[in-house]
Amino acid sequence: MNVPLSALIWFPALGALILQLLGFVNKAKDIKSIAVLFTTVALGLNLAVLSKSNSGTYLFQAVESVSWIENLGIRYLVGYDGISFWLTVLTTLMTLIIVVATPETTKNLRGFFGLVLLLETAMLGSFCALDLVLFFSFFELTLIPMFFLVSLWGGPNRNKAAAKFVIYTFAGSIFMLVGIVALALQHQKVTGQLDFSIINIQASVASGKFWANAIQAQTFIFWALALGFMVKTPAFPFHSWIGDTYAESPTAGPILSSVMVKMGSYGFLRFCLPLFPEAVQSQAPVFMAIATIGILYGALVAIGQTDMRRMIAYSSLSHMGFVLLGIFSLSYKGMIGGSFQQFSHGITTGLLVLLVGYLVEKHGTADMNAFGGLKAKMPLFAGLFLLGMLGSVGLPTTNGFIGEFLALMGAYETGARGLFGLSPGFAIASGLGVVLGAVYLFVMFQKVFYGPVKVTEGPDWQDIPVGKALPAFVLVFFVFVGGLYPNLFFGQMEASTQATRLMAISEATKRPSWKDKPEEVTIRVALEDPMQGQYIRTGSERLISSSRLHGNVDEKREIR
Amino acid sequence: MIQTLMPNTDWSMVLPIAMVAVAGIFALILEMLFPKRDNNLIVWASQIGLLMAAAMLIRQFGLEASTSFANTVIRDQFGLAMQLVCVIGASASIMFSEGYLREKKIPFGEFYPLMLWSTVGAMMMCCTENMLVMFVGLEILSIALYVLAGISRVEEKGEESALKYFLLGAFASGFLLYGIANVYGATGGLGIEGISQAWATKDANVQALLAFGLALLLIGLGFKASFFPFHQWTPDVYQGAPTNVTAFMATVGKTAAFAFLYRLLEAATAMQAIWAPALGLIAVLTMLYGNIVALMQKDVKRVLGYSSISHAGYILVALIAHGKNPGRIGPETIVYYVLSYTFMTIGSFAVISLMAHDGKESTGLDDLRGLWQRSRVAAVCMVVFMVSLMGLPPTSGFFGKLLIFQDALYADLLPLAVVLAISSIVSAAYYLNIARQAALSDSATEEINFAPFRPAIQNTCVLCAVAVIAAMVFYSPLTQFLAAR
Repeated sequence: MNVPLSALIWFPALGALILQLLGFVNKAKDIKSIAVLFTTVALGLNLAVLSKSNSGTYLFQAVESVSWIENLGIRYLVGYDGISFWLTVLTTLMTLIIVVATPETTKNLRGFFGLVLLLETAMLGSFCALDLVLFFSFFELTLIPMFFLVSLWGGPNRNKAAAKFVIYTFAGSIFMLVGIVALALQHQKVTGQLDFSIINIQASVASGKFWANAIQAQTFIFWALALGFMVKTPAFPFHSWIGDTYAESPTAGPILSSVMVKMGSYGFLRFCLPLFPEAVQSQAPVFMAIATIGILYGALVAIGQTDMRRMIAYSSLSHMGFVLLGIFSLSYKGMIGGSFQQFSHGITTGLLVLLVGYLVEKHGTADMNAFGGLKAKMPLFAGLFLLGMLGSVGLPTTNGFIGEFLALMGAYETGARGLFGLSPGFAIASGLGVVLGAVYLFVMFQKVFYGPVKVTEGPDWQDIPVGKALPAFVLVFFVFVGGLYPNLFFGQMEASTQATRLMAISEATKRPSWKDKPEEVTIRVALEDPMQGQYIRTGSERLISSSRLHGNVDEKREIR
Repeated sequence: MIQTLMPNTDWSMVLPIAMVAVAGIFALILEMLFPKRDNNLIVWASQIGLLMAAAMLIRQFGLEASTSFANTVIRDQFGLAMQLVCVIGASASIMFSEGYLREKKIPFGEFYPLMLWSTVGAMMMCCTENMLVMFVGLEILSIALYVLAGISRVEEKGEESALKYFLLGAFASGFLLYGIANVYGATGGLGIEGISQAWATKDANVQALLAFGLALLLIGLGFKASFFPFHQWTPDVYQGAPTNVTAFMATVGKTAAFAFLYRLLEAATAMQAIWAPALGLIAVLTMLYGNIVALMQKDVKRVLGYSSISHAGYILVALIAHGKNPGRIGPETIVYYVLSYTFMTIGSFAVISLMAHDGKESTGLDDLRGLWQRSRVAAVCMVVFMVSLMGLPPTSGFFGKLLIFQDALYADLLPLAVVLAISSIVSAAYYLNIARQAALSDSATEEINFAPFRPAIQNTCVLCAVAVIAAMVFYSPLTQFLAAR
């Protein structure tokens, strides 16, 4: 079946609208069933779109281009590649899980699901938009639905949390908007054409003309964009919204948020690396430092939390630090690890939040000191929780291990070679984060599941029913698929990640471009080692040898 | 001989203005003929008059730029578009007026003629480069507004508001006239097109006169546009005046001031070394002051008053960018922003007027709480307006901001762009607060005794909200239509 990408992006929004219009459906159960139906169809559409994917190319697939605002060079331009591939799956999967896991007793269920579906469209749009203004539109479209989700359905401090979330994100993104405009004007300066399409801008960057006389402007615009992504990711100094958002949201909030933060790290991969090669190389140490601080700081603060959701929030800061660490190591292993970690963080965090949400729903608190000895009372729940936690800690055979390990390895590799001014210290310090991660998670597990039983009263003091645990089982399944057979994920990511990396680190005229002709593009993957990609442009003299790909990028130093 | 005294006069240029004026007279006659009737007839007459004026304006779109009436009236795309914005603003304000006026027990028929004549003044300011014509237009606009601001005679706040507006407005007129006199002294004419020529003479006396005159002109217009530090009247008058008058004042009145400022800065491009830094500073202060003070307000009308100050600051950034580089930076940004601002402002004031209950205005922030029960449609519209005022997609406010950023960066006004960004962040806090209050679905503690529901008010909200979103989606055809060069 040939499903256009736009159908996938807009279907949830349409569903949200239909749900509001179906006024005669009043029973909570029916509303939920309809929402489940919509999100299932969205997941189906997603798989249908992706089933046509060609993993051998880094070019955008299923591209749709409609002229929108001609005189400003803004197009409705969407498409996906290996980097967005799994993020769209994550979005549709997690939205389905949110809808299934939302209790029918939630007030104003219709509005709630409407906002969730709207958010799904916004997130899918962000991951598929190839025009900067379109991307920004989707990026900002997440703010208002999320604001209302938190401020209308959240906990006692919801107003503060909701406002904090929006103002933080908005503060970052308004500078991003300035950067986007500056980027388009630079394109106009170079080519005479105002253009917001990243395909065109990157083609100009790849040829080296774009930044030829504007190295300073490049750093400035890079930071303007990076600021927006850093707030969203969240990276170290801009993280403080995440604790409140996780703690005060309804359960859907943190799960959505764990997908939404990917828009930040995805932004780095999609926009910053390909469009600002020199700036990325020169600023890489700064971002490695930010990532390392985030990993350690997030883990340390998480140790001090008593609210489980707040703890998961800070563990997110720590885990997203690994994503940044991998990306800015600018090594192939690191970047693919970072990309993978994006997916796995979404799964494990979603799983933990889901389970904590069950506790909150039953007992009205997420304070870990309020619980104790749950393991005896709720063996199934404890088992699921343990598996999610192991994924989060990064135990081998779980997905967390693969992502963090590769990110660390990449960071070490580049650091050990001394490329881009990086040092192996980043990798070594970040390694501590893994240990700290085990500390806070196991302390929590101990407090909640072992020891004396603290909560005794209440008639519903029983294990999670299997039906309710179904979403958790699905996520556990992905935890182990990611850990045992990561090639499933890598296969799609390799070409795009490698191309993105080469866009950032190659010399001006040797960069791959999204405008390369399809027949010129072959990315071969050596079968014996899935980590080693090989980028060959046949039909042109720009042949990049296998050895250059895995790290021997010393000649890149000349550019700087 | 007669030919030279009465040069070719193209009456069609002033036809839209005349149309609105005649509609006003007609409305007044209707009021006198049927004094005790309801005002529906008058409202219809006014709307039809405005509609015809709009049609006449649109018919002239795309015609060659030309002047008539001895160069006192100018017809260009910018002037036509700004006049259209004035007409739209007036029409939208009138649309939700009747229900509101009835509720406030001030259903005077003369309200509508006054509003129409005020619009006439605004339209005159949009289509002239002659300072005296501009001044006459400004006075027509203002005097009608002074009356409108105090039309609710029983309310103390209304009286205070009208008096404040009148006194400060008169003061501003003084500045303006003095400025006109100075510029006249320097250029020997009343047209602003002589400024660049006079400046080029490099005569120190002429230049001093010009600089002084321009500064006074900017102060006078700054009062109307409510730039810092000439803004003090804005929040008080906005709060005290009837809500529909406030909506009109905040949109049509400002549009006219921006239109003339646009032409003035363009004419004074050669003097940018003098005005650009001063206006830049004013823009920075206007944006920051408006947004920061708005954070502390408890009354929605006051919040919107301060927010309108900051929006004036945003527009000033675009005006400066245009004035610095009139050849490259066209009128699209101003026209688009003013249009989008008109829709979102009138829409939000319409929503507020819907909240009247127990014979009171109830414009406190907490009063918005019941909106969800009152009208879900209006509550959703309010969220749209707030999102647009914040400058988030998918609304016209977002594109407006994008365009201003673009112009500012193009004209090397990076610091202004950064301040704009920062002040937008500040503004997010109070806009979000309003949006949240509007969307709170919790049942209110006590039953609110709402005024009878007026569908016209809600229709105004819906129309404005649709326009706000449509203006983003159909940006391309819209600007091609409005600002085709």
